Formats: sequence, C-alpha cells, structure tokens
Amino acid sequence: MQMSGAQMVCEAIIAEGVKTVFGYPGGAIMHVYDEIYKQNGFEHILNRHEQAAVHAADGYARATGEVGVAMVTSGPGFTNAVTGLATAYMDSIPMVVISGQVPLSLIGTDGFQEIDAVGISRPCTKHNYLVRTLEELPRIIKEAFYIARSGRPGPVLVDIPKDITVAIGDFVYPETVDILTYKPTYKGNRKQIEKAVEAIKKAKKPLIYVGGGAVLSNASDLVRELAKKTQIPTVETLMARGVMGAKNPMLLGMLGMHGNYASNMAMSETDLIIALGARFDDRVTGKLSEFARYADIIHVDIDPANISKLVDVDYPIVGDLKDVLENMISMLDGVDTDRYRAWREILKRYDELHPQSYVDSDEVLKPQWVIERVGQLVGEKAIITSDVGQHQMWAAQHYPFDRPRQWINSGGLGTMGFGFPAAIGAKRAFPEKTVINVTGDGSILMNMQELVTAAEYKIPVINLILNNQFLGMVRQWQTFFYEKRYSETDLTFQPNWKALAEACGGIGYDVATKEEFDAALKDAIEQDKVCFMNIAVNRFENVLPMVPAGGALYNMMLPQIEEK
Amino acid sequence: MGTEIMKDERRVISVIVMNESSVLARVTALFAGRGYNIESLTVAPIPNSSMSHITIETKGNARVMEQITKQLHKLIPVYKVIEHEEMIEKEMVLVKFPIAENLSDIAALCGAYNGGIVNVGKEMIIAQVADEPARVGHFIEAAQRYNPSEIVRGGIVAIER
Ligand SMILES: Cc1ncc(C[n+]2csc(CCOP(=O)(O)OP(=O)(O)O)c2C)c(N)n1
Ligand SMILES: [Mg+2]
Repeated sequence: MQMSGAQMVCEAIIAEGVKTVFGYPGGAIMHVYDEIYKQNGFEHILNRHEQAAVHAADGYARATGEVGVAMVTSGPGFTNAVTGLATAYMDSIPMVVISGQVPLSLIGTDGFQEIDAVGISRPCTKHNYLVRTLEELPRIIKEAFYIARSGRPGPVLVDIPKDITVAIGDFVYPETVDILTYKPTYKGNRKQIEKAVEAIKKAKKPLIYVGGGAVLSNASDLVRELAKKTQIPTVETLMARGVMGAKNPMLLGMLGMHGNYASNMAMSETDLIIALGARFDDRVTGKLSEFARYADIIHVDIDPANISKLVDVDYPIVGDLKDVLENMISMLDGVDTDRYRAWREILKRYDELHPQSYVDSDEVLKPQWVIERVGQLVGEKAIITSDVGQHQMWAAQHYPFDRPRQWINSGGLGTMGFGFPAAIGAKRAFPEKTVINVTGDGSILMNMQELVTAAEYKIPVINLILNNQFLGMVRQWQTFFYEKRYSETDLTFQPNWKALAEACGGIGYDVATKEEFDAALKDAIEQDKVCFMNIAVNRFENVLPMVPAGGALYNMMLPQIEEK
Repeated sequence: MGTEIMKDERRVISVIVMNESSVLARVTALFAGRGYNIESLTVAPIPNSSMSHITIETKGNARVMEQITKQLHKLIPVYKVIEHEEMIEKEMVLVKFPIAENLSDIAALCGAYNGGIVNVGKEMIIAQVADEPARVGHFIEAAQRYNPSEIVRGGIVAIER
C-alpha cells in the first residue's frame, strides 16, 4: 500500500499491538503527529516533558512486560529523552523511542534543532538507528521492536529525518526478523546445567540470589519452585522485590547496601551462590575482595557479558532463566533438603538476632511506619513505584511485595523524577489497580509537571511524599561520612504541596499523624484523582542497615546504633 | 575466588561487522566508554560480502580481554569476534627520506624488511615496508639514521593460522 513515512510509523506501531504511546510533538516529528491525529489504532498521552514521556513508557513496560513506546521531536526533545533512555537501559527495559530528526539534506549542517541523536544515545541504548531511506523504515521499526524485547531487553532509538516521514512509498510490514549478526541464546547448555545441579546437591550452605532478570524473563514461578523444592534460602536484589513474595518462608529479604542482616550474612557465608538473572552490582556486593569468600558461583544470565564481569564464576550458564530453571528443577528430583537444614537454622538465628526493624514513635511519623501501613491497607492490590533516595529504600525494605512487576523503581541509574511518570505509565496499563508512587520532597519536584498530565487524562496516581525536608539520602551520607556538614541538602524551603496539586487539577493532603494518614489514604483511593500527599516524617531518620560504600557486606551499620 | 595477579598483555582481535554506517563508531565508542585501550586499528570491507574486517590491537588483562570480546559481541552489527592466538600479523609503514641520503643503503635496509623504495621525487624518496609489527618497529629505529621526515604506520592486520 502507498503511504507516507509518517503513516508507516503509525501502521507499524499498530501492527506491533501497541495501545498507548507517550510523547511530545515538535517540528521534526510533526508529520507523524499529523497521522496520529487521523488514526485510532492507539492512544497518545501528552506528557508535559519528554523525560516524563519516556519514563511513562518505561513504567508501562515494567508493569506489563510489553515494549513501551515514546515519541519525541529532534534536538531538545531528544536530549530531554536521554535520561529516560539511560534509565531504561540500566534496568534492561524493553522500549522503543521514536525521535524526529532534521531532513537528511540538513544533517551535518548544525541545522535548527539538529543534534546527533544516535551519537548521544549510543551508550544508553541497546541499539539505535538513523533512518536513511524510506524503503528501510518498516524493516527498521520491526527490528527495533524485536531487539527491544528479545535477548536481554533494552531501549532502542529510531531517529527519523523529517523528509522521510513526508515521502510516499510502498508499505509492507515485515512478518519476521532475521538479523544475521544478532541471535540471542535462550537455551542453557545442558551439560553446564547438570554440573550446576551436582554442585547444588553437594553444597552445604547454598543460597539463591535473584535479580531483576527473573522479573524480565517472567520466571518468578520457577524461582519459587526451585526454592521450595530444594528448601534453599533466597535473597532478592532491589530489582527482584516481589519475585519470591513477602510471605515466602524461603525468602530472607533484600541484600546489598541496605539489605537486611540475615541476607548479607547469608551472602558472606554461603558456599554456593545460585545467581539467577542478577549481575553482582557494586551496591549488592560491597567490597569485592571480601564478597562471598567461601562460595562457588553458579551464574545464570541471558547476557554472557554479565558472567565473570566482576566475580569469577565456576558454573556459567548462558540462557533464558525460564528455560534453564525448567531444566534445573527437573534434574533436582529427590534432592536432599535436609542437607541444608543446619544452614537454614543459622540464617534463622541471624534474622532473629537482627530483624529488619525500626523504632516507631508517637511524636512523629516514621517513614517506615508509613510504608508498612500502606502495605497493610492496600498490600498486594497496589502497584508501587518509587523515586530515588531514602524513601525508595524504605519502600524496598518494608513493603510486603507479593508478586513481580508490583515494584517499579530505577535501580541501575537511580533517576530522581522517575517515579511519578512511571506510575502514570503503570496506571494507564492497569487502570483498575491502585498505583502509588512513594517519593521524596526532592524527587517529586523533578517531574511535578506530570500533575497536569495525570489530571488531564484522569490517571489517578497517588504520590506519597515522605517529606523529611531534606535530600535525605545525601543528608544521611553527610551525617555518617562528612561530619554533618549538610551542604545543599536542606529543603526546609518548601512549596505549598496541597495548593500545588490543586493548581494543576489534582488534590492535596497534609498529613502529620497516623490517623491523618489512614484517613488521607482512604480518601485518596476513593477520590480517584491524582494527588500529592505531603507526609511530614522524622527529619533525621536513617536507612539501616547500611553497608558503607566500598565496605565488606558483613560490616553493616545496624539500627540500634542510630537510636538515641 | 581467584585473586591471581592479572597481567596486562598485548592482544590482537579481529571484529567482523556488518558493513553499515556508524558501525566503526559503535566499536570505537565502546572502547572509549568502557576505558579499554586501542593501540592500533585497521578496517576494510571483506571482498564479496556485506561485512567488514576490523583489526584492533589492544592491551589488558585476561578479565578485561574477556569483557572486550563479550561487549563487542553485544553490539548488534557485530557478527564475530576473534581473539587471535595463533596468527600471522603484518603491518605496513611508509617513510619519507631526503633525497640527499644514501639511497642504496636505504634500499638495502628496506629490502631486509620486505620492502623497497616506492617513489622518487625531486627532494624526497618514499620507502615502504610490510612486516611483523615488532620488525616494523626495528625498521623504524634503524631508519632514524637517514633522517626520515615523515613516518606513517598502517596499523595491524592479522589472520588466524
Ligand atoms: C536526577 C538525580 N539527581 C541527583 C541524584 C542524587 N540523589 C540521590 S538520592 C537524593 C536525595 C533525594 O531526596 P528526596 O527525593 O527528598 O528523597 P529522600 O532521600 O529524602 O527520601 C539525591 C539528590 C539522583 N539520584 N538523581
Ligand atoms: Mg526528602
């Protein structure tokens, strides 16, 4: 069929089954927007900043597992989108971002709103394309979606010069993709799996270490099955919260810089790490030379580059977690679970010794209490997104996550401003679910314009602002490591949160007590409107346990130390 | 876990890539972005194919080399990465000498390194040598006494035996 490049973009998006596109128009992408106006195969949400549009597409992708789609114009539209690309890249989120570019004839001339988008985005995309002819446009979009969702997922940028969107040509959307140079490995090597299974059977203190890969590969049920069948204790990374389910007896908790005592001690004392879609991030390992000193390592990952990148791996298995676990579990019939009993007892005692805890107060709201309370009130029904800082860690530590994709946060890049637009994306995907963004008084301001988006499209996201009048996480480091010199972290100058939300078509709450919180949350859920809930919490609360950066995982600062 | 001292070693790798725009930029940006060394780099299309052959001389310990190989593999247009073990490697060099120098000595020197004089101008002669990279280095050292005014090394090409 004959059509313009702009029409091809829309037809391709429809052919990919995309229901929602998040974006922001401008000169170079106007032809595509003109076609968006004429079609009704998908909806378009006008976020009020390109960064937010990309985070919203990202949140949509994380909540659904489908490819998120965002659209921006050239130059500043694209550069605003870069943080969104980088955020998705670091957490391996499947996403396609389509950007306008100046016409081919102007490329390289420093034309108006020209910027080298493929050059800038090279290190923060899985792959990117500058479309050079109309003929290759359908194939490129097809490949972009395929690359984004296959193998280790990631964001793909398609940069389209304006004249290509204007030109008319024949449209045939390819049915299949065949990229000679890109063939991800899904099937784990059977011999390697057998060896790993032997190691599991011989171990005395094995530990399952689950990462975000388990979420991306939709392998949570299998991870649970492995833990149940073998009775091997399990720790989750920040990105894997929800994989095991909070009530799962085999779950020790989250490990890493703000992991709980039992999890970090388990990692320090295990004799066999079973790493499933985790990448030994520095926030997880602490000081590498002290990390898991007694352990052999089984590492299952779809990305070979993750294996032996930071630690030497004894049993590398490249493949999709689902495929590998199916095989592994079937080979573990009759495994002697008693073998690990003593180990389980030790870890149980560790947890009794230093459980995940905080000291509650009657005078002031404790942020941890707020998180726990949300867990009690909405629990498994809600999707929780977060920004970056102390509030994020408290949410990860204290919320009873029950299933994968219930917890959405920027782990790899740690992007403040991610939570609110990501919540908008998640809520659009699941309008029936309560979607709550746990945020801070610093982070929320980084994409607060999304109040307008959420109000316009009636996307009732609840923003819980754990307000400590600080850039709290930075303040915590200043307290511990900079002799309390609070350089540029004091946020006592504050907006009127309620008025701010109301000015943009939302609602606001000021909350300072437990009773007020319960009432406000109930009302917020009933009102079904985007809201800011300004929750005054203890200013100097610290996130504990804490492994100081560069320290050994077993050297944790524990809660008692902090309470005065 | 192994904490053996890892030595930096010179390595030559060949990267076979799709012949498409910006593929070289992807490869070099990967080295720059991840802090890997490029000592030399050559690239040319592979005859009768849609691929190009990039030869990179680099330095790093075993873990770094493994990462370089894997990261290169992750680039979508990369078809194959060969970490050379048993290879024939050659490099070419062009050197310009003043015409007043002893031309027969220069010709003899070049001859000893698989080369010769390839151009004679009014004031300068140009000599060419193609040999193993280490020997090219020796040649350049030896050539110093004839006051070379310009030296252009071509970078390494390698082929597995
Ligand atoms: C875009 C961005 N800028 C800076 C940082 C560094 N940073 C990490 S946490 C943090 C403080 C966040 O403050 P707030 O949102 O109030 O959360 P709190 O820690 O107080 O809960 C800062 C500045 C970041 N992660 N992202
Ligand atoms: Mg704060």
